[in-house]
Amino acid sequence: MLTILFDGIAYGMLLFVLACGLSVTLGLMNFVNLAHGAFAMAGGYVTTILMNRYGVPFLATLPAAFLAPAVLGVALERTLYRQLYSRSHLDQVLFSIGLVFMAVAAVDYLMGSQPQLIVIPTWLQGRVDVTVAQVGIYRSFVIAVCAVLVVTLQLVLTRTRFGSQLRASVDDPRVARGLGINVSAIFATTFAVGSGLAGLGGALGAELVGLDPTFPIKFLLYFLIVVTVGGTSSLTGPFLASLILGVADIAGKYYVPAAGAFVIYSLMIVVLVFRPNGLFASAR
Amino acid sequence: MQASPPAGTGVCFSAARRWRMAETVFWLAAAATFFGLPGYHLLLTEIAIIGLFALSLDLILGFAGIASLGHAAFFGLGAYVAGLLGKHGWGDPLLGLAAGAGSAALLGFLTSFLVLRGSDLTRLVVTLGVALLLGEAANQAAWLTGGADGLQGVEIAPLLGRFEFDLFGRTAYAYCLVVTFVLFMVARQIVNSPFGLSVRAVRDNALRARAIGVPVNSRLVAIYTVAAAYAGIAGALLAQTTQFVSLDVLALHRSADVLLAVVIGGVGYLYGGLIGAVFLKVLQDVFAGLTPQYWTFWIGLVLVVLVLVGRERAVAGARDVVRRVVGIRRRTS
Amino acid sequence: MTVSLETRGLTKRFGGIVATDNVSFRLEVGARHALIGPNGAGKTTFINLLTGVLPPTAGQVFLEGTDVTRMTPERRVLRGLARTFQINQLFASMTPAETIGAAVSERLRRGSTWWRSLGGQREIEAEVETIAARFGLADALGTNVTRLAYGKQRLLEIAVAFACRPRVLLLDEPAAGVPEAERRELLDTVAALPRDVSVLLIEHDMDLVFSFAERISVLVNGALFAEGSVEEVSNDPRVRAVYLGEDEHG
Repeated sequence: MLTILFDGIAYGMLLFVLACGLSVTLGLMNFVNLAHGAFAMAGGYVTTILMNRYGVPFLATLPAAFLAPAVLGVALERTLYRQLYSRSHLDQVLFSIGLVFMAVAAVDYLMGSQPQLIVIPTWLQGRVDVTVAQVGIYRSFVIAVCAVLVVTLQLVLTRTRFGSQLRASVDDPRVARGLGINVSAIFATTFAVGSGLAGLGGALGAELVGLDPTFPIKFLLYFLIVVTVGGTSSLTGPFLASLILGVADIAGKYYVPAAGAFVIYSLMIVVLVFRPNGLFASAR
Repeated sequence: MQASPPAGTGVCFSAARRWRMAETVFWLAAAATFFGLPGYHLLLTEIAIIGLFALSLDLILGFAGIASLGHAAFFGLGAYVAGLLGKHGWGDPLLGLAAGAGSAALLGFLTSFLVLRGSDLTRLVVTLGVALLLGEAANQAAWLTGGADGLQGVEIAPLLGRFEFDLFGRTAYAYCLVVTFVLFMVARQIVNSPFGLSVRAVRDNALRARAIGVPVNSRLVAIYTVAAAYAGIAGALLAQTTQFVSLDVLALHRSADVLLAVVIGGVGYLYGGLIGAVFLKVLQDVFAGLTPQYWTFWIGLVLVVLVLVGRERAVAGARDVVRRVVGIRRRTS
Repeated sequence: MTVSLETRGLTKRFGGIVATDNVSFRLEVGARHALIGPNGAGKTTFINLLTGVLPPTAGQVFLEGTDVTRMTPERRVLRGLARTFQINQLFASMTPAETIGAAVSERLRRGSTWWRSLGGQREIEAEVETIAARFGLADALGTNVTRLAYGKQRLLEIAVAFACRPRVLLLDEPAAGVPEAERRELLDTVAALPRDVSVLLIEHDMDLVFSFAERISVLVNGALFAEGSVEEVSNDPRVRAVYLGEDEHG
């Protein structure tokens, strides 16, 4: 029981790191970027390529798994995405789903359609029996990394100058510009960090959830659940939603394997019917 | 009250109602493909089905303003229902269509309540969720649907008890073309009716629509249900003409493809879905010829470019070219 | 029956803020009644409560003697309560003919008819043309509404509400933003509304209030502050202090 809870929390934390960038672009910048998963996939592939082709140790690949998607993200934001901020949601959906299809086919072409395997260092393998539960070492590692990220993010958003500038830019870009805030630079940075975090999540998750070219499509709904159920007024909502989703998904697959992903989808639909603005939406 | 002008001079609404020459040309051309392009019947059948499916999506996207990422749910349900009927000895095509339409309409009615509330985003997520849920159900219920192997052994009886479905798709194409034509005419009627006008009113401004007495929710439920039935029929046609149903009918790319067809052809313009289906299928064929496994890349590229150029502009430009070439003007809404 | 619209103890709270405070208000049949009040007095909330866009926290709304407090906005419209909006709320893809036609067909309970085209329905067409003539829109019936001059859009805004054949018509700042050149036509049209329609005018513009209204109610901080004939209200020192003093228009 507690093992499931533990695995669920690890999974949930991972989902949060994967999805939090989306929650920022979508919630704060009101941009529907269905291609978010493609950045996560990019991070995953950076890690597997570095490890399997160049023998770089796992931990050393992680910064690259963050940086590569971040750079990619900023490049796309500067050239393409920014033109679509003021467009309709339908346009944004069409555009980003186009990107997803391109990314999936391109990765399939370059890397093949088989799932990528990575071998995590031996010191991260195995499980430890803690009186009440079996604790996977790698999962503990994931939880620790994600927890650090979550706390850092929260601090950056609430305590730093950048955080307040971001919030100001989102509340009213025109006023923010008037105050001398470089709104477009703020958005670009945010987009880069969100993409980078997704990439990091993709790298960390390669071992837990697998990695193949259909990754952006498989996890699309999970990301959207985190964001819509969590609401977009803060990071706390998506964080809690990720944890609930992670635990419910693992528990559902363990206890009622026949029901597959039913549990999650039904849960999401029920939540959205009763709370169309998300479970933790504040009256903003 | 002032003296009323000569009653019903008909100036105000006739633009939408009148049947245009170009429409006759369009359908004559479609009929001509049946006789003139016998080698392409299989491809043309697929185009007619996608066209009908796109028409269905346009009813909710173009006319009611409901964006959906999961329209394949209804398409897939219709396909499975018709396929299952065929497999278990109820192979009459029209019965299959009716059952496909009925079941999809029921699902549409039930899920319409989910899309009444919330923003565009919530609608996208919920529709996507419903389609994935159905896909998962079809996958799990392998005893019924054949799961990942697909539903095999679908047998379809001769159409009207007389026309066998032949290997070259002759009967199939005629069948799909006629069904699509009939349903198109019904959709055209719906769009030009007071009901259609009220749905457009809701799309344009729900606040005002309420203020003139339009029961917004029940109109949205109605149009969503009708669109679902249309999609169910399109799915049933696919199951009957290919005598096979796979999980693919419920996949995300189905929903995305049909969205693309509507967008290529023009949103909120009934012929848009049909024209878009032609373009989409031809594009797919060309791309599949170029790079067999990776044609989705090019479809994605088309979407990206289309949005960046501006859908309206791209579609208007294409329409202009067509207009100049064929020398026709058409507009249904 | 001489009262066409009535509220009893109508109250709306948003959290701790009282937007509408125990308002008991009567609109006589055939009235030309103005509701005025400084910005933030709660005029918009009051209209939203009357039309059913917002549910009240307490109190009731009666339309021609029937309690409509729990009725949806669209049901109230069908019972004869129509409104216009301060900011144009038109159907961007439509022509005035379609806009008015939508309201007429809805009133005739034909809004769910799909088997007949709109164009063939003489009754609707005739009424659309009559209404268009009344509101000076006869020449513009086929023009997309977004291409109409602003004054014409404001006229259409009233024409749509009028097409619901209301017995009570709520006009929310009908002349707001209309350029001087187009203003006369609008005011004349409003003045020429048939007398059997009771009109409640929500207005900022004192010229319009004094030229049109026969009775005035003043709303301050969500509560009914004063009410009476135009003379009484305009001479009421408290009103002058609270409202007219604040608004340079007075």
